[in-house]
Amino acid sequence: MSALVQLVDVSKRYGDAAALHATTLSIECGKTTVLIGPSGCGKSTLMRLIIRLIEPDSGRIDFSGEPINSENIESLRRRIGYVIQEGGLFPHLTAGANVLLMARHVGKSQEEMQKQLLDLCELTRFSGNLLPRYPVELSGGQRQRVSLMRALMLSPELLLLDEPLGALDPLVRASLQKDLKEIFARLGQTVLFVTHDLAEATYFGDEIVLMNEGRVVQIGTATDLRDKPANAFVSEFIHAQRGIATL
Amino acid sequence: MNRIRNPGTQETAESGSQESKQANSRTPFCLVSWLPDFLLIFSCIPFFLIQSSSAADVVIGSKKFTESYVLGEIAKRTLINAGILAEHRQGMGGTIILWQALRGGQIDTYPEYTGTITQEILKRDDAPSLEQIRESLAQFGVGMTEPLGFNNTYALVMRGSDAQRLGVRTISDLRKHPELKIGLTHEFLDRQDGWQPLRERYALPQQNVVGIDHALGYAALANSSIQVKDAYSTDAKVEQNDLVVLEDDLQFFPKYEAVFLFRLSMPANAIAALRPLQGTLDEKRMIRLNAEAERTKNYTKAADLYFNVGARPSGDSGPSYISESFPHKLARWTLRHLQLAGFSLLLSVIFGIPLGIVASRGGPIGHAILGFAGIVQTIPSLALLALLVPVPFFGISARTAIAALFLYGLLPIVRNTSSGLQDIPRSLRESAIALGLSPITRLWEIYLPMASRSILSGIKTSAVINIGPATLGEPILSGLNLNDHATILQGAIPAALLALLVQWFFDLLDRVLIPKGLRL
Repeated sequence: MSALVQLVDVSKRYGDAAALHATTLSIECGKTTVLIGPSGCGKSTLMRLIIRLIEPDSGRIDFSGEPINSENIESLRRRIGYVIQEGGLFPHLTAGANVLLMARHVGKSQEEMQKQLLDLCELTRFSGNLLPRYPVELSGGQRQRVSLMRALMLSPELLLLDEPLGALDPLVRASLQKDLKEIFARLGQTVLFVTHDLAEATYFGDEIVLMNEGRVVQIGTATDLRDKPANAFVSEFIHAQRGIATL
Repeated sequence: MNRIRNPGTQETAESGSQESKQANSRTPFCLVSWLPDFLLIFSCIPFFLIQSSSAADVVIGSKKFTESYVLGEIAKRTLINAGILAEHRQGMGGTIILWQALRGGQIDTYPEYTGTITQEILKRDDAPSLEQIRESLAQFGVGMTEPLGFNNTYALVMRGSDAQRLGVRTISDLRKHPELKIGLTHEFLDRQDGWQPLRERYALPQQNVVGIDHALGYAALANSSIQVKDAYSTDAKVEQNDLVVLEDDLQFFPKYEAVFLFRLSMPANAIAALRPLQGTLDEKRMIRLNAEAERTKNYTKAADLYFNVGARPSGDSGPSYISESFPHKLARWTLRHLQLAGFSLLLSVIFGIPLGIVASRGGPIGHAILGFAGIVQTIPSLALLALLVPVPFFGISARTAIAALFLYGLLPIVRNTSSGLQDIPRSLRESAIALGLSPITRLWEIYLPMASRSILSGIKTSAVINIGPATLGEPILSGLNLNDHATILQGAIPAALLALLVQWFFDLLDRVLIPKGLRL
């Protein structure tokens, strides 16, 4: 099993507050790794460090064995798809234009783009009729599907999802969860998924990384976390979430 | 002919003349050199459209400056007194326009100067006698009266008190006082018959020579920052400021003796009626009439003074400036406003958006840019003009107007560009970065379109600031000289029309430039 992304002693501070203590972590190829933890635990920081929206204070991040730096990051970003909670769609571009934006810039041919677009519509169960619409004319779920299409357009090696379903109502969320899992399986996609919802983590995660206060507390499957908690925080976190689920 | 008594208007009115051509070739960076020509074209069109036959027996024309107006009024009064129905078309334009109108028969007579006739109409560089000039003009079917009496040429002037104290009466006398400070208009400094040859001819020793705007030069004389300046020998300011004209004892300056040119086909009784004017107007008298005209803004009244009639209320001819050519003037003013406002707005956009982009990144440079644009906005327009006018490149010209309007228009665009960009949600900025778009692409395809509404509204504000100056553009161009009569209507109607036009134009622009997705 090879690591697509390898973090070595990566840390990040904001002033006096440590957002991420020195952390070493691998993200395995073809698997879905879920980062979970309470708000402010450093899970989003970790993801933003990988795509270099923020610079690490120390440590090294390798992508496919190559250290990420400011020179190669722009081309590496094209090998990484990124979806955020609000979708991040550009309001002045139609759904279709949002999806094709990057492909157009790397100079893909028109036929290639159209074919890929149709494939993605089918994959994400997004109606092609809606492609000429602007983001404000789409529902939350539709927007996330478009956002996912945009992230997948260049067939990225890594897909980063930062609480992609956080803003959706439960029914839409459930159907998207199902679709997402199918898509990951179909593409054999390497995914890093950030959520604070244990059920979602359990549903997606081949491997769950539980974080708290800027540190990785435990790595394992959902069962590992439940049956072999590394410390009191892990059991507390698991039970708090289960408590709600079993009410 | 370039008796630039009112530099602002004159520049446009006399654009066909030698002088402005020289000016154009002299100035390497002449963004607005096309303005005068453009205006000339447009000011001609209405004129030739209204050339329809007049009810009057004799039509008098005049150029666009005080003295010409006054002479035109005197001629009209003279002809009417002789029982000839006369009409005066005031301020038609510059030499070329008047000359063409005379030859084409749209007018029958107009006041002209011998120097101008020789140099610009006959294009001779010698100094022909009056007889030789008359012979040459006859080939065009044009006659010339004897000189009216005054010579309106360049002159050097001093304060009367200074001249008396130092015993200076002639230009030669200046040789005895090398310490005197001389302030000259930039035009006079540059002219081929200006300062350099004058200094050589008189062997003047003064080292302290500065370039200064004509109107400001009088103020400089008054507070003794200079002691000698150039002027026109019949300039009303000479009398108003208690100045004396130094005698040109070596006859350096060419003669610009005032005469009337007339069509030889003009009725004989009309020609005969003009003759008595010959030799009746010396410099002193003309200065007094010019001063009266500038003081009262009423040329008919000033002309009345010539006939020694008291201040009769201007009856028959009405206020001189609301004349038949009102639509023509209106069109010209509107066009000028549009050009000034449009051109300066364009500059504001070209510089404002990039500055706004830099400012949106914050930091010391961003703060400095916003600070500078803010400070400019707080400078009163008159103070800004006072800063710009003394700069040689600007002076009293359309350039100054454009520069001032440009600076005033900058802040709204810089600020709105900057805030529009800063208002883009962080998540969208990061999405653009995470996609792998290059910085230029992010700016051009994502950030600027998203900020387009804010930027456009800044441009709109800037346009309103620029158009409003009907109140600003006019004072800049012609307000500094007292001669130009911009009526309220001439300023207000174009401004109102332009406001509507701008409104309409920007509504259209909004639809074209703001992406549909942002308007839903």
